[in-house]
Amino acid sequence: MAVIATMLFNGLAYGVLLFSMAVGLALTMGMMRFVNLAQVSLAMTGGYLVVVAMPHFGLPYLATLPLCFVLVALLTMLLERWVFRHFYGADDLTQVLLTIGLLFMSVAGAAYLFGPSFRPMQVPDWLSGQVPLLGLMLDRSRLFLVGAGATLALALFLGLERTRFGAMVRACVDNPRAAGACGLNTSMVFALTFAVGGGLAGLGGGLAVTQLVIDPNFPLRYLVYVLIVVSLGGTGTVIGTLLASVLIGIVDVAGKYYMPQAGSSLLYLITVVIMLWRPNGLLQRKGMP
Amino acid sequence: MTPHEHSYFQPSTRWNRWEIAFWLAWAAAYFIPGTNLPLLTHILVWGLFAMSLDLILGYRGIASLGHAAFFGIGAYAAGFLAKFGWTEPLSGLLLAGITAGLTGLLTGRIVRGLHGVALLMVTLGLNMMLYDAAQRATDITGGDDGLQGVALAPVLGLFRFDMYGHTAYWYVLTVAFVLLVLARALVRSPFGLALRGARENPLRMLTLGAPIERDAILAFGLSAAGAGIAGALLTQTTQFVAPEVLAFQRSADVLTMLVIGGLGRLYGGFIGALVFVLLHDTVAALDPIYWYFWIGLLLVFIVTFFRQGILNTLDKLLASRRGEAV
Repeated sequence: MAVIATMLFNGLAYGVLLFSMAVGLALTMGMMRFVNLAQVSLAMTGGYLVVVAMPHFGLPYLATLPLCFVLVALLTMLLERWVFRHFYGADDLTQVLLTIGLLFMSVAGAAYLFGPSFRPMQVPDWLSGQVPLLGLMLDRSRLFLVGAGATLALALFLGLERTRFGAMVRACVDNPRAAGACGLNTSMVFALTFAVGGGLAGLGGGLAVTQLVIDPNFPLRYLVYVLIVVSLGGTGTVIGTLLASVLIGIVDVAGKYYMPQAGSSLLYLITVVIMLWRPNGLLQRKGMP
Repeated sequence: MTPHEHSYFQPSTRWNRWEIAFWLAWAAAYFIPGTNLPLLTHILVWGLFAMSLDLILGYRGIASLGHAAFFGIGAYAAGFLAKFGWTEPLSGLLLAGITAGLTGLLTGRIVRGLHGVALLMVTLGLNMMLYDAAQRATDITGGDDGLQGVALAPVLGLFRFDMYGHTAYWYVLTVAFVLLVLARALVRSPFGLALRGARENPLRMLTLGAPIERDAILAFGLSAAGAGIAGALLTQTTQFVAPEVLAFQRSADVLTMLVIGGLGRLYGGFIGALVFVLLHDTVAALDPIYWYFWIGLLLVFIVTFFRQGILNTLDKLLASRRGEAV
């Protein structure tokens, strides 16, 4: 029982990471039908920001996380204005090739800037070790992740549901043309959504440093996971993405524990089956966050 | 058929001088002293693989992110046949193609109703599953060490596969040519026209009574068979198979080649393979560590400026020089 509960918890923590990396992609795919595979590169950028900024500028871990969000959001905004914007009308295949090209460039660029090997991170004391909770021994770092993920999901949900900007975003997901005709500056909404989504990916990368290996191959390793999450969750929905992330996180952790010989095959099998059952994702309801 | 309709089909069924020059160039390349025959053979295999993807992507508009699965199935089928005593290459090639083709028909049935992201994800998922399985079944596939002991009888009982790749070159070139002739006939047949119709406007084809779903499944199977034959050629000419033939990287590369060369042209795959493999070789030699960066930049450059691919861009240039309306 304790094993199962711990495993569910670890899967949840992993799912939170996937959620923060994937949610921006789900939103931009829902809004401007833009398939940005380079989303994982943005997450890697966040991860490198943490492992570089902590020793070089002596910043505490918690202080680097907002930095990840802001800097990566700015970078994403520049990319959107200079590159992505020109490909909104293009077909899926063009966008996939464009962004996979950017992803390759980021992989080589990271190897050039930070070296090809894994950059370890100095885990602060308050994040290392385990803590007893409800009769289980849980990792502090994972507990922190789950807490951060819950905060993030709640903030995103409320932000989309309750704020003016959230209403604009929902309008653009529903029907960009009609939203534009109502006087909405859709181009600005697109750019800001892209920036927020990219910033969240950067934050996800920053959160990931305690769990995942940050090296130049990070985007290639996690691209498939992020794509699976987005296609299972359905585009344009925050709750769907959250659901799919947690599902994939738990399946991956449980699969590696109970059936190590099957490897990731279980994950791909579930993906294929769900996609055939619901081609538009588990929760495809346009207009709902 | 009225004369007008005839003139619509005629220019496309006749072999034009570019096509003849294309194949003569491959034959002539053999006689140039110092030619890197294994590299050219490699390019032809990639070209054939890309051409088979063109059948479903270029002519039917179905994108597959998992075409390496069929390439790998063909490669392994040829490898196992040769390893367990069936050393005759031509029948081995055919059997490998049939195996991959049947798997393709099955996959086509599974993915027939899907579009866009779901289609990409399912094909990708199936590809990854197969790759994972091949890598883990080390006692069958040899894992990362590959399948050893693939030995082949001489082609037609006459031409032995030599270590310099003379036989391999002519063998692959002939197979590539024969398959191109077949594919060329296929895309110009009523079946091929129906495929193109369904690519442009599926609803309209459906109301015309065309069985578009059955056609798409069949096209998927034929495309998979072509990919399987390309994979079998790789096994037979290198006498080695490793799980890398199934890797996702291969699916992505073949897609890139096809887009570089141009979709819906059959030759686009070959031209794209030539450009991609040569560039890859050059860049990897110049910059062995960071060559990935240049490949990425090339991709961005291509989708930005040459979205139509080399062949379609050239076509437009030629047409505008002749003063024709495009």
